[in-house]
Amino acid sequence: MRTIAYNDIVKAIRDTIIYSTTHLSEDMLKALQEALQKEESPVSRAVLEQLLENAQLAAKETKPLCQDTGLAIFFVKVGEDVKIEGGSLKSAIYEGTQKGYEEGYLRASTCDCFTRQNLKDKVGYNLPPIIYFDIVPGDKLEIEFAAKGGGSENGSRATMLAPAQGIPGIRAFVKEVVSNAGPNVCPPIVVGIGIGGSFDMAAVMSKHALFRDIGSSNPDPELDKLEKEIQEELNKLGIGAMGMGGTQTVLAVHIETYQPGRMCHIASLPVAVNIQCHSSRHAHITL
Amino acid sequence: MAEYKLQTPLSDEDVSKLKAGDIVYLSGTLYTARDAAHKRLVELIEKGEKLPFELQGAVIYYVGPTPPKPGEVIGSAGPTTSYRMDSYAPTLIEHGLKGMIGKGKRNEAVKEACKKYKAVYFGAVGGAGALLAKRIKEAEVIAYPELGPEAVRRLVVEDFPVVVVNDTYGNDLYEEGRKEWAKE
Repeated sequence: MRTIAYNDIVKAIRDTIIYSTTHLSEDMLKALQEALQKEESPVSRAVLEQLLENAQLAAKETKPLCQDTGLAIFFVKVGEDVKIEGGSLKSAIYEGTQKGYEEGYLRASTCDCFTRQNLKDKVGYNLPPIIYFDIVPGDKLEIEFAAKGGGSENGSRATMLAPAQGIPGIRAFVKEVVSNAGPNVCPPIVVGIGIGGSFDMAAVMSKHALFRDIGSSNPDPELDKLEKEIQEELNKLGIGAMGMGGTQTVLAVHIETYQPGRMCHIASLPVAVNIQCHSSRHAHITL
Repeated sequence: MAEYKLQTPLSDEDVSKLKAGDIVYLSGTLYTARDAAHKRLVELIEKGEKLPFELQGAVIYYVGPTPPKPGEVIGSAGPTTSYRMDSYAPTLIEHGLKGMIGKGKRNEAVKEACKKYKAVYFGAVGGAGALLAKRIKEAEVIAYPELGPEAVRRLVVEDFPVVVVNDTYGNDLYEEGRKEWAKE
């Protein structure tokens, strides 16, 4: 049994939140630079230049890249041989989130979905977070964090296709979602696609797909090919940076399926599309 | 695609010369408001009561900034998605609003109001919150402080960079830009 202190988890989460909301990740910076090189439209080029300048400035001043510092999303893998000392894991994530957002001068964006009142006084500063727990073999605690903005989340969709619709149906659905979202989701975007599992699991997988490094390959060669084909097709839409017209709308397409076996029910074909804006703020902690 | 420097408040003449795709650097006063504040502003107009700021010629910026650090004027302050204000914007335009700054598509009612009453919708670069905050020189909450990030603020800006998305002639940069670059 390995012991991890409650306070170490709180501190790791707090620091990760502040760092990742003010420093654009290396893979995203590289993807934006490549998009700038390829982009043919002058307006879109000007937008991409502003985004790269913004990333530089945000890092220099430890200022949030975007004012929408999002909901705090966590995917947590708890090793079966890990013991947390000094409090519960869930409380540590809550406390780390509150500290990171409040002490980092980030925005509290959680509200009551009916009264629309901000929850910072009633529940806590930008609380509660969204947490997915998984239990795995080993003595490590792995935490993936994302600050997920509302604009790109609002353009995301899920559907249950008929099995006969197959890959053409999936492609058509993804194209429809990205096309309808247009400028609203702050392109250039990363498109996370969850295929299979159940209705809810497809959506969770589409979100988790956004954690993969941009530029990395899908371990399933068939899906890797499909990702590249979908990306090319989406870039033909002409949406461009911030929707002002251009050739570089989609920086990457990431597909996740339910393992083992790319499973779904014999009657179903669940598909979910989670869109990530260019201000992709993702981080990975191992304790 | 022309470039202009404009001082707020904006006149009919100012907005009439603008075309979708033009780059504009705004200086002067902007007011911030999101959905919750818009709802209250429209209720005041319907009741015939006075608004917390002069609407004639005004430019509203759709933004909910992050809190400022000690010594900062404002935190990060990029645009939010504009469609959430679509149901309120035409009433404000009818009563003198000349400019809106946000990101994303507007509905037909907003575009029609822009044509009929002469107003423009500007796009700012979403996700460039740190950069845009540099052009904001003063910020002060003037109404609804209980709304937190959604309170109405008076901002003083210098050369705040925006692009004309919807002009007073019914043009739409999102539709035209996409048509120009689509490869179908």
